[in-house]
Amino acid sequence: MNTANADLNPSSKNIIEIIDMHKWFGDFHVLRGINLTIKRGERIVVCGPSGSGKSTLIRCINRLEEHQRGKIFVDGIELTNDLKNIEKIRAEVGMVFQHFNLFPHLTILENLTLGPIWVRKMSKADAEKTAMYFLEKVHIAEQAKKFPGQLSGGQQQRVAIARSLCMKPNIMLFDEPTSALDPEMVKEVLDVMINLAEEGMSMIVVSHEMGFAKSVAHRVLFMDFGLIVESNTPEEFFENPQHERTKLFLSQILY
Amino acid sequence: MQNNSKSFDIQADKIKPPITSVGIIGWLKQNLFNGVFNSILTIVTLFFLWKVIPPLLQWIFIDSLWLTTSAECRSADGACWSIITQNYRFILFGFFPYESQWRPLSAIILLVFLLLISRNRKLWNKMLLYAWIAGLLCMAVLMKGGVLGLVSVESAQWGGLPLTFLLAVFGLTAAYPLGVLLALGRRSKMPVIRVLTIIYIETIRGVPLVSLLFMSAVVFPLFLPEGITVNKLLRAQMAIILFTAAYIAEVVRGGLQGIGSGQYEAAASLGLNYFQTMRLIILPQALKIVIPPSVSILISAFKDTSLVVIIGLYDILKTTQSVLANPLWMGFSTEAFLFLSLIYFICCYAMSNYSRQLEKELATK
Repeated sequence: MNTANADLNPSSKNIIEIIDMHKWFGDFHVLRGINLTIKRGERIVVCGPSGSGKSTLIRCINRLEEHQRGKIFVDGIELTNDLKNIEKIRAEVGMVFQHFNLFPHLTILENLTLGPIWVRKMSKADAEKTAMYFLEKVHIAEQAKKFPGQLSGGQQQRVAIARSLCMKPNIMLFDEPTSALDPEMVKEVLDVMINLAEEGMSMIVVSHEMGFAKSVAHRVLFMDFGLIVESNTPEEFFENPQHERTKLFLSQILY
Repeated sequence: MQNNSKSFDIQADKIKPPITSVGIIGWLKQNLFNGVFNSILTIVTLFFLWKVIPPLLQWIFIDSLWLTTSAECRSADGACWSIITQNYRFILFGFFPYESQWRPLSAIILLVFLLLISRNRKLWNKMLLYAWIAGLLCMAVLMKGGVLGLVSVESAQWGGLPLTFLLAVFGLTAAYPLGVLLALGRRSKMPVIRVLTIIYIETIRGVPLVSLLFMSAVVFPLFLPEGITVNKLLRAQMAIILFTAAYIAEVVRGGLQGIGSGQYEAAASLGLNYFQTMRLIILPQALKIVIPPSVSILISAFKDTSLVVIIGLYDILKTTQSVLANPLWMGFSTEAFLFLSLIYFICCYAMSNYSRQLEKELATK
């Protein structure tokens, strides 16, 4: 599994470029100058204490949060206030949330076909075919006619991943995808994410699943107080952390 | 293998819940006679029921007169249902020309039929929409006449049940979407829209419907340029729509607030725009939450249509009162109003019943 690092082509294009990005919530300076470049196909795990700005960082990438200074480029397009631009970028960037955020009034299949039909203007039949393909992939095709409320947490999160994939995104953002799950369901979700990684999907994962980080990440970022404190390969990050804060954090989560 | 059989045993070992009720006697003891105070309460209640119910039934069914003149009624002990049987055509249809009253009757039957088939959500398709358009046209022709050899009847002559239904059905179907738009406006990020909708909602809610109806009847025509008149019925209809919409707006806003930010974020992250998000994700959930309070508002709006009496429209309440003003039938208001209540009750109960059916159908758990 630990061969993940080998498959990244060093000459591939940047899919995300963040330059000196700042963000405030009221007076609170939550992101204090983020510089980050992510190549196509690269997989990044972001960790750090709560309140360090990890979630805010990835939420800025698809403009669920607005940044107030600096620049963000997604696939070469700069994120500005232009609504059309934002909707276009959001369609290219998949996002998976901590609390799944499935649409409870729609069946699983309808959850998956909604984006392709209304945003990608796909026909209903094509959208359903795509949806069933991705439901097979997350091993949940037999639940297509059910409503989200009838599924377990792990199943719901896998549906949420499939829903994002149906939009054929160029990059996937995961915001603590396993934190709200019962312990016995974490693995089924991580397995789906590992499969996705093996297919070469670009990913940014905010997570404290260190095993996952070790096995699939190209880089692990450690954030604290709104800054990227340390950024390194998983081997270096876990075995030879450079920064005092990182060492402290790792000692706290790896009992 | 051993492990398997063990886990099977754990599942198989089921214990039934304890039996709590022991027949009718047990139920009575538990619910009506548990303790001295409750026993006394039960006995007193039974005594009152025994005192009230039999005489009431006697009055309604046994001593009552059904097909007599008013003079015979005056000497009877029971209810005088003759006031209804002798005057039902005026109560139901008002001043609509007597020999043409089959027309409003057909219009009502058509309307009720359309409403009944529309209960079934499986039939909500284009065909039903066309059926409604055709049906409404038919109703208009039936009521108004002037074509196909039908005698023309001015809307001032419309009255009774058709008028009540007209005000209610159009009032409610127009007020609901308007209310939804107002609710969205009040939560809009655009300050102009938000302020305008807040002003509208608060102004309308701060004014009684009666005064709105008066304004529509008396004040509004003053502002119209000379020579232009808007039908009184239409003005009353507008007042009811504008009034009900403000209340619907606040109820729908409550529903919108019940939808978590996660739903907006998930919709946004798929690239859906504002209108798609509202139409496909937010409103279907919000409107489902607010079915019970919305139906409350619709029911009370239906009953409020009776307020149009104050501007001289002959809805079913006014026609009933007119019958009672006739010296021949004076004094039988109990029977007349009971009949009227029954009509209102049937309509309101149908609405509330349908709302419960909808809630059940839309349940997703």
